[in-house]
Amino acid sequence: MSTTKVLDARIPGGPLAAKWDRHAMDNPLVAPANRRKFTVIVVGTGLAGGGAAATLGELGFNVLNVCIQDTPRRAHSVAAQGGINAAKNYQNDGDSIERLFYDTIKGGDYRSREANVYRLAQLSTAIIDQCVAMGVPFAREYGGTLANRSFGGVQVSRTFYARGQTGQQLLLGVYSALSRQVKAGTVTMIPRQEMLDLVVDGGRAVGIVCRDLVTGELKRYAGDAVVLATGGYSPVYFLSTNAVNCNTTAIWRSFRRGAFFANPCYTQIHPTAIPQAGDYQSKLTLMSESLRNDGRVWVPKQPGDKRRPSDIPESERDYYLERRYPAFGNLVPRDIAARAAKVECDAGKGVGNTGFAVYLDFADAIKRLGRDVVADRYGNLFDMYEEITADDPYHTPMRIYPAPHYTMGGLWVDYNLMSTIPGLFVAGEANFSDHGANRLGASALMQGLADGYFVVPRVVASYLAGAGKAKTKTESDAFAAVERDVQTRYERLLAIRGGKTVREYWWDLGRVMWDKVGMARSRPNLEEAITRIRALREEYWQNVRVPGGARDLNKHLEMAGRVADFLELGELIARDALMREESCGGHFREEHQTPEGEARRDDENFAFVSAWEYAGENQPAAMHKERLVFENVELKTRSYK
Amino acid sequence: MAETTSGKSIHLRIWRQKRGEQKGRFENYTVKNVLDEMSFLEVLDLLNEDLARQGQEPVEFDSDCREGICGTCGLVIKGVAHGPGSGCTTCEIRMRPFRDGETVTVEPFRAGPFPVIKDLVVDRTPFDRIQQAGGFVAANVGSAPDGNAVPIPKEDADKAMDAASCIGCGACVAACPNGSASLFVSAKIAQLARLPQGEPERKRRAWAMVNQMDAEGFGDCSNHGECEAVCPKAISIENIAVMRREYLKAFIGGSD
Repeated sequence: MSTTKVLDARIPGGPLAAKWDRHAMDNPLVAPANRRKFTVIVVGTGLAGGGAAATLGELGFNVLNVCIQDTPRRAHSVAAQGGINAAKNYQNDGDSIERLFYDTIKGGDYRSREANVYRLAQLSTAIIDQCVAMGVPFAREYGGTLANRSFGGVQVSRTFYARGQTGQQLLLGVYSALSRQVKAGTVTMIPRQEMLDLVVDGGRAVGIVCRDLVTGELKRYAGDAVVLATGGYSPVYFLSTNAVNCNTTAIWRSFRRGAFFANPCYTQIHPTAIPQAGDYQSKLTLMSESLRNDGRVWVPKQPGDKRRPSDIPESERDYYLERRYPAFGNLVPRDIAARAAKVECDAGKGVGNTGFAVYLDFADAIKRLGRDVVADRYGNLFDMYEEITADDPYHTPMRIYPAPHYTMGGLWVDYNLMSTIPGLFVAGEANFSDHGANRLGASALMQGLADGYFVVPRVVASYLAGAGKAKTKTESDAFAAVERDVQTRYERLLAIRGGKTVREYWWDLGRVMWDKVGMARSRPNLEEAITRIRALREEYWQNVRVPGGARDLNKHLEMAGRVADFLELGELIARDALMREESCGGHFREEHQTPEGEARRDDENFAFVSAWEYAGENQPAAMHKERLVFENVELKTRSYK
Repeated sequence: MAETTSGKSIHLRIWRQKRGEQKGRFENYTVKNVLDEMSFLEVLDLLNEDLARQGQEPVEFDSDCREGICGTCGLVIKGVAHGPGSGCTTCEIRMRPFRDGETVTVEPFRAGPFPVIKDLVVDRTPFDRIQQAGGFVAANVGSAPDGNAVPIPKEDADKAMDAASCIGCGACVAACPNGSASLFVSAKIAQLARLPQGEPERKRRAWAMVNQMDAEGFGDCSNHGECEAVCPKAISIENIAVMRREYLKAFIGGSD
């Protein structure tokens, strides 16, 4: 495997705390009167994409913003429940930018880039100020100040929230800023457009080809820079907590055009989702991490104990997180809580019909705080749970099980959030940059808004100041060639007329990914996964059946293109997991664990970012390395005991 | 799950319409082995799998998060937007209350300003234009004071949050005999009217949003209350009273 190319993250010099300001001074600007001459294409309208589009518009750039939803207000950021972190130290409990930085590096199991994480912690406080100024109705104390709660992996209260709908409220803030810029004429918003390919000409990103999801027409859009903010790739597992339209196509197609894909095997399995009930299921529903502020996780001590939870006395319950991790208790980070649930269930202590569930119990909280306080904090989640399971969590413990939720991996970007293709920027969950091998709760919203409101506007402006305008027109050969590729691919999919539906193949892929590339991975399983995914992909292109036509609203055709990309990405995830002979964060290799079953990292050989380069159809991708240099934190075994 | 594998048969009478400008009609389908735990949209998924296997065109409908927060889905089920007595979005409805052998009529949200695109998919972009008219606080990034600089009483913050919970699904419009968007528009106006940050643009906002609602062709509110009854986020029609007051103040005092 070639590892010749050393990736340069272009991290500004100087002390950690001064890098971002120094970056501002060292990089060129575009004068206000010249900004409208540049067009920036932004793909996605979540916190990162919508925030970037609105802010670039405020600065005076000409912005073209596309999304697959029928309106920008529905981007998947909307579904984030629990909260957003910020190092405000409003609670006077010892928080600081340094502590948020340290918690995030440690939470990510020392596999993220120091400079990016520090910038994220620095920007966190301005995000809260900005959201408040835009009318985001955060939870407040009676005195009128902002309220906080705690999330996993930290010992301070730094999470700001709006009931269990924090993502919705932050996204509506972004949407309102975006709406204002649409009205002002700086942002052109085109919903129901799916980016299907990237146009690269003269070594820089110059545009995208989209499919109009209403008419089926292919559309060409040219710009001086392209920002991808299209989210993560959890639906490669088929069942996940993501929305059913979340997909990898925009970043995967860009990967095939030359953008490197970093750390694909860093996937987050969230510990608390409602367990799967049957094969018909289209998604898994998350129960917010905030519930672990007051809920206690337990299983019966005796394997195979089928008694109702109320019939199991205290002495026969194992509160295994409190037992194994006394310092953090139920609020250990997600990777640790998820794996611990798997260990209990694999030992036969799982509960419910399937045995793949553990209890999350609020009886003590209700006794301590009263039902009203618990209802005020978590009422909407309890209602959602009852609607789905027909059980009332006020009276009987919730049953929960881990589910694919977030992906730390994504397109490789440098400090400027620019990919290996000049002019192609990647923001939010779509990039790999801030969370290492595991993301802490309430940090996705923080990263989305940091990238969208603050980082992208600055770095894109300095790129444009240096690179100037792109010359490629939509009538050019470069655009025509890409459009032809897209059209051929979709015609091929429609022409197969085979015997299995798109969804059946997606389900099959998800099964392989969950069983072999899920919470616990091993060499034989990963090798088997690679073989099976390749076989599935080959079969797909011979036997999939896609109904309807191309020149029409056709959601099965949309799905067919996305699943074709997942079938390629799945293999890369497995290859990355196979390469990484260590356990870190969400990536757990059974061969690399301590006698107590904790992850065993190998800093000597694996303190690097893997960045994969596309090598051609059905060819294994080539790996490059970005060495991770830790100058400010000491590499330690991560412990929450 | 083991004890419920038998399942129910559900007959679906579904609105099919090839394109917006063409005429639509109801078609009948039966889905078997429907389990109580299934969601209504998962039953439509099953139907579409069958149709796709037979080479027929699946029933197109919008949905995304499937947990009641994105506002994408929206069907009229048994004559009621988001289904009778559900109190939630279409995607949150489970099959428990439906009887074996029951016939269920499924239609798109119907309102003049929400034209059908295909089958059960409608165009709700008028909501975006109403928002663009004034549903924001004009605060550029970089200009914000500290988040705790202005204390906001918990009660105001909570009431603003109640109104801000609107998911923009459009059920209020579909349910209203007049096709009014008043509940949707008033929720945004009331949210920002409750907060000090919304104060400077208060009149301008109410004036612009209400006028845009009229320009889009939505009907007037005549206090039927159907909107509140179907709202999956329990947005109160008290907000409509707030909107009227705000609009009147703008009318009398000038919109800026």
